[in-house]
Amino acid sequence: MQAIAFYLFATVACVAGTLVVFARNPVHSVLWLILAFFSTAGLFVLMGAEFLAMLLMIIYVGAVAVLFLFVVMMLDIDFAELRGRVAQYLPLGLAIGVVLIVELSVGFAAWNGMEKKIIDSGTVYGTTNAHALGGVVYTKYVYAFQASGLILLVAMVGAIVLTLRHREGVKTQDVWAQMQRDPKTAVELKDVRPGQSL
Amino acid sequence: MEIGLTHYLTVASILFVVGIFGIFLNRKNVIIILMSIELMLLAVNINFVAFSTHLNDLGGQVFTMFVLTVAAAEAAIGLAILVCFHRNRGTIAVEDVAMMKG
Repeated sequence: MQAIAFYLFATVACVAGTLVVFARNPVHSVLWLILAFFSTAGLFVLMGAEFLAMLLMIIYVGAVAVLFLFVVMMLDIDFAELRGRVAQYLPLGLAIGVVLIVELSVGFAAWNGMEKKIIDSGTVYGTTNAHALGGVVYTKYVYAFQASGLILLVAMVGAIVLTLRHREGVKTQDVWAQMQRDPKTAVELKDVRPGQSL
Repeated sequence: MEIGLTHYLTVASILFVVGIFGIFLNRKNVIIILMSIELMLLAVNINFVAFSTHLNDLGGQVFTMFVLTVAAAEAAIGLAILVCFHRNRGTIAVEDVAMMKG
């Protein structure tokens, strides 16, 4: 049963990953990317990392993929023109892919199984994966965890600074200026005589 | 048939090579390049979790969380740069980026 699930998820992940690269329409690419993330989350569940599977769903499918979709749809780009000379790049890409695969398989062949030893890292048995992760993240890796929060803050500020622009001539409400008005400057009393206009 | 560490490593290496291949194939389209980078980071995450399960060490899963964080930050910043670039140039072709210098 586990083998069937593994092969299902693995095949879907690999096919979806390939289609991300080969899809003609970038919107389709993003959708294939979402499928690849989903099946990888399935692989994580099979490996017993439920919390990370959930995180993958929330962060990647919920945030990153939507960001990609948003940008692809917001920018008005002629993607057909961008594709261009695929045939020109194909040989080099294939060559590098083959070299990488050969390198990886040489590495696999030379690697005869690491000695299976248990490194004590505060792994709590008999609890859920999220519980065990929480026990490690907030104790042993607390500084790294805070640093990752800082990275997210910097990314947020950077993205806002990069994309925010102030346009001239846009009428907005200035609350502070409104609050600072007082009757002396805002109201002008005119003595209007009967039968005359201002 | 027992599903072991090697199976997961194989899937991860396939995804990684597909990501590299995508960068070379779609050299002009930055969006696809960013997606390929996400695929490669995903492959790295699979490796981390596979070894974490294999060695009974939660450190790999914690590190995967950090990789996820960095990947999210990278996607946000990259797409922001892309929007900025498109606003200035009207195109996102990578070859035009060199025109910015000078």
